Amino acid sequence: MEAFTTHTGTAVPLRRSNVDTDQIIPAVWLKQVSRTGFEKGLFAAWREDPSFVLNNPVYQGASILLAGPDFGTGSSREHAVWALQQYGFRVVIAARFGDIFRNNSTKMGLLPVVLEAKTVEELQAAVEADPSVRITVDLVERQVRLGEGAWAFDIDDYTRWRLIEGLDDIGLTLRHADDITAYENGRQPWLPTTV
Amino acid sequence: MGRTLAEKVWEQHVVRRAEGEPDLLFIDLHLIHEVTSPQAFDGLRMADRKVRRPDLTIATEDHNVPTVLGPISDPVSRTQVETLRKNAAEFGVRLHPMGDAGQGVVHIIGPQFGLTQPGMTIVCGDSHTSTHGAFGAIAFGIGTSEVEHVLATQTLPAYRPKTMAIEVKGALPYGVTAKDLILAIIAKIGTGGGQGHIVEYRGEAIRNLSMEGRMTVCNMSIEAGARAGLIAPDETTFAYLKGRPHAPTGADWDQALAYWQTLRTDDDAVFDKVVEIDAATLTPFVTWGTNPGQGAPLGSAVPAPEEFADPTERAAAERALEYMGLTAGTPLSEVAVDTVFVGSCTNGRLEDLRAAADILRGRTVKTRTLIVPGSMLVKLEAEKEGLHEVFKAAGAEWREAGCSMCLGMNPDTLAPGERSASTSNRNFEGRQGKGGRTHLVSPQVAAATAVTGKLTAPADLANQ
Repeated sequence: MEAFTTHTGTAVPLRRSNVDTDQIIPAVWLKQVSRTGFEKGLFAAWREDPSFVLNNPVYQGASILLAGPDFGTGSSREHAVWALQQYGFRVVIAARFGDIFRNNSTKMGLLPVVLEAKTVEELQAAVEADPSVRITVDLVERQVRLGEGAWAFDIDDYTRWRLIEGLDDIGLTLRHADDITAYENGRQPWLPTTV
Repeated sequence: MGRTLAEKVWEQHVVRRAEGEPDLLFIDLHLIHEVTSPQAFDGLRMADRKVRRPDLTIATEDHNVPTVLGPISDPVSRTQVETLRKNAAEFGVRLHPMGDAGQGVVHIIGPQFGLTQPGMTIVCGDSHTSTHGAFGAIAFGIGTSEVEHVLATQTLPAYRPKTMAIEVKGALPYGVTAKDLILAIIAKIGTGGGQGHIVEYRGEAIRNLSMEGRMTVCNMSIEAGARAGLIAPDETTFAYLKGRPHAPTGADWDQALAYWQTLRTDDDAVFDKVVEIDAATLTPFVTWGTNPGQGAPLGSAVPAPEEFADPTERAAAERALEYMGLTAGTPLSEVAVDTVFVGSCTNGRLEDLRAAADILRGRTVKTRTLIVPGSMLVKLEAEKEGLHEVFKAAGAEWREAGCSMCLGMNPDTLAPGERSASTSNRNFEGRQGKGGRTHLVSPQVAAATAVTGKLTAPADLANQ
């Protein structure tokens, strides 16, 4: 996983609520067996509309997505995270996220930042007024900054530490392999197996 | 203070707990399918890791498979399925491939084999894993990174979600189904209503549901934002499990049963959130928009965006009506559909097929109608009862098992602008094929709609 400490970049305002993962990456893209090439499928259906915000050249190169509430609902497809990252996003800011999407993001190093809906709208308006403004997302200080403004966001200590260090979860868990073995030895014998 | 069912099951599975860290949770059953697993197996190979517990892992082919006999013609889909076969063979995981008697939609086959049991933790790289909560298990969908984590360690690091009770008071009126109930619940609490929570469905109407109905309700927990939904096990659960291939037997059954009977929320336990629903007021329910929360009674009209006080909801409604090609004020019962789909992990079980057959018996469909059993066993059982003859006589298509038209990954799709009445779980834009328009309905409404060509409640079919 790519480590994340602080990131400064331009942003795209996506003024839609309930952007489900089927919109982020339509199912037809999920047939790939590799982990790469998903940027082409990002918002594939919406990008066919020339007026869709990602098609606006003023937002080219943006690395922060300012999304509406309930971003990433629906399907568990981690491909949605891969598509956003491979397109160039490092951060998604929204008032609420789908639980599985949020979890998948933190496994991959895409930072999901929860701010109040009112604040997200202010940031969207600021970016719409001047698409060149740069927003800083500081995971160390747990703060989003734009010009003179600064907004704190919550993230649990453990996830923050993992992201800052860029640590692989499996490696961390395997440090406790003895605990897993001890647990396995105490499981009820009548629990089912697939064999 | 007492504990909720979800807290009891969670505590039972904590391998390791440390201050300031998520719990390390043991996973009793890991379900695999072709779409969300290839990159996870690749990860194992790159790190030279094995599957820790192949004996707690099972795989099936469902999302990509065609529902007509024959090979997969799409080379990309075929590669994905072949990749699963190679991975299952290399890592020693039991697989039910296309054509196998045990093949089917991943959330249909777990319960069918008796692998889904009360008090377990169950995961799968699929958000509808919540289905298995119907047995009193904590079951939730995970992404591919977590699939790899479970393959390698049989555990997941996770914070325990908050708890939420949905109390369904009273009894469902005649003709109102589990699907209508869950659609009404989602419309009430919204697509984000359950975020961060495990939902426990409770109350008389829930107790009265069959296991199939309970699975339909728990299946759509994720559409209300809850990663998991569960129902306390009871005599209905135990009767369903008894005699299934992987259910315990003899003295093991007695021991398991004694444990399962403790799996209920204590009377003095406190939920973080409580929602109440009055079952007696419910009627057949359908969606009109592009998220599962945009639903209304079938007897009502397409809502006007101005009816929504919240500006975000109003904007979403406007956009949804445009996508769906609907005009505010149109009675939902006048909305004409092109295709009817009965199937999926939400409504692809035998009880669902029986309900559709009861309505189609002696009638003729006016629309393209796909009836897709959720598993090969469901197909076999339905054919033993002659249901396939009923469907064929009515002019519907009787298919092989798979996810089919739920998600637009296999040949069963809608054409752009085409409209469906579908027993699946998601009405997202393009979910059933690019430009397709989906109305979520119960199997009963789906069948009645096939007969008239418009969204129809079975009660309104009386004279047809």
